[in-house]
Amino acid sequence: MECQECHERKATLHFKHIINGQETKISLCEVCAKKKGYLSYPEEGYSLNDLLSGLFQKDGLNLSSTGATKSNQSQELKCASCGRTFSEFKKAGKFGCANCYASFGAKVEPILRRVHAGNTKHTGRIPKRAGKYIQQKRLISSHKEELKQLIEEEEFEKAAVLRDKIRELEKENHQNKEAGDNT
Amino acid sequence: MTLESFINEAISPWMLEDGPDKDIVMSSRVRLARNFADKLYPTSGNQEALEEVLQFIRKNYTQQEDTEQDSISFIPMKNLSMIEKLVLVEKHLISPHLIKHSDHAAVLLSAQEQTSIMVNEEDHLRIQVYYPGLQLRKALEEAYYLDDWLEEKADYAFDETKGYLTSCPTNIGTGMRASIMMHLPALVLTKQINRLIPAINQLGLVVRGIYGEGSEARGNIFQISNQITLGKSEEDIVEDLESIVNQLVEHERMARVYIYEQSEISLEDRVFRSYGTLKNSRIIDSKEAAICISNLRLGIDLGIIENISENILNELMVLTQPGFLQHYANKALRSDERDIRRASIIRERLNLKK
Repeated sequence: MECQECHERKATLHFKHIINGQETKISLCEVCAKKKGYLSYPEEGYSLNDLLSGLFQKDGLNLSSTGATKSNQSQELKCASCGRTFSEFKKAGKFGCANCYASFGAKVEPILRRVHAGNTKHTGRIPKRAGKYIQQKRLISSHKEELKQLIEEEEFEKAAVLRDKIRELEKENHQNKEAGDNT
Repeated sequence: MTLESFINEAISPWMLEDGPDKDIVMSSRVRLARNFADKLYPTSGNQEALEEVLQFIRKNYTQQEDTEQDSISFIPMKNLSMIEKLVLVEKHLISPHLIKHSDHAAVLLSAQEQTSIMVNEEDHLRIQVYYPGLQLRKALEEAYYLDDWLEEKADYAFDETKGYLTSCPTNIGTGMRASIMMHLPALVLTKQINRLIPAINQLGLVVRGIYGEGSEARGNIFQISNQITLGKSEEDIVEDLESIVNQLVEHERMARVYIYEQSEISLEDRVFRSYGTLKNSRIIDSKEAAICISNLRLGIDLGIIENISENILNELMVLTQPGFLQHYANKALRSDERDIRRASIIRERLNLKK
């Protein structure tokens, strides 16, 4: 079907008007529809951010930023270190500091799940400095898997060696954690 | 300025190097988003915190640190003119976001322009590494190297279960975006791309135009990247992306053979008409230029046109952008003036041949 306005391009948008019960239909291409004021989205199109903040609106408190009453505002979640409120976060789609995650806690979880196909746990790289303790923890848990495997295969001698290694690592890591907590 | 030296400016040195499947895969990029643990994020709008981060980087990371063969220089955004900033965006070395918030922003740029580290973009640090052709793994390794280097002097914002804490929830976890820039004219011509894009989307990957989010696929150039950053390791993400790209490369090659065999003459017609337009037009807008440049590159790849460097696509795509045209003219240009300037620069470039 061709556009009823320019008769050149293909009509991709179909509008239906009902005025006083009188129905009229018109089919237009995107260019003509824009010209006639049928379309009003911004030039660059819908950005990922718009989509995201749209998603976030569905979560948590149903506070509209303008209509919020005073009592509502005082109850609202706020990040103690950067001062960002949960509705500010929802509007911008951005956190203000590293503590926002902890501050907004459980409310953030469903958002992450939705954005990352249901995933909530990081399994990738760990920073060297901040992550020494975590890195070792991951190493221990992978050794434990190995240990299970060895026991199943009745490789008890090898298993005993690995068990001692795990104990040693766990002891060491406990100290690491305490040292890390103190700094 | 002569055209030769200007072209040298448009083309980052790394682009001229060879890479696997370079006739279809223009570049591989890995980007890591990182933040410091105890500083407010750029998104908080806190000017003091931003300035502190900027000074910290300037003080600690600008001494001619050698990353293998490449030296890194620190460029504050404040020191650049608007056109100079635009030029960096068109070369994909900084983002449009960095220009908008340039008061406390900077970029650490390597001499090869293969790595760039944006400071105070949406996150404190955005590490970017490019490689020619399909070499995501290499790009990832190099990004890790820079990541470790930057982490030496400060703690990152990191959580055991959430991973790297980025300012946007879409980057949390690995903070990594791996992307591939591909030239897929035959898949567009045979309309196969329309079936392929939804399939790729279903695999958690995104297909976009050349200038990222919201931009259309100009000149048959597509950018494919991972959407999900949480729950998968960097290596798995890269592997998945690579396997999809390999399939696309294969499909594109088959489609090229198909259109060539189906109607050699009409393909030749298309290529030579575009060549003619580029060689002779006096006014050309960026859209028409992009289409013609794509056809010309296809002609070069298929051996229909000889004696022109296959780097022409990369080169002209950057050269004909508004920022570069104004940089070359050394003044601001209206869009109709740019169309004239664009036509003349293309003609000059084609006369240079190789």
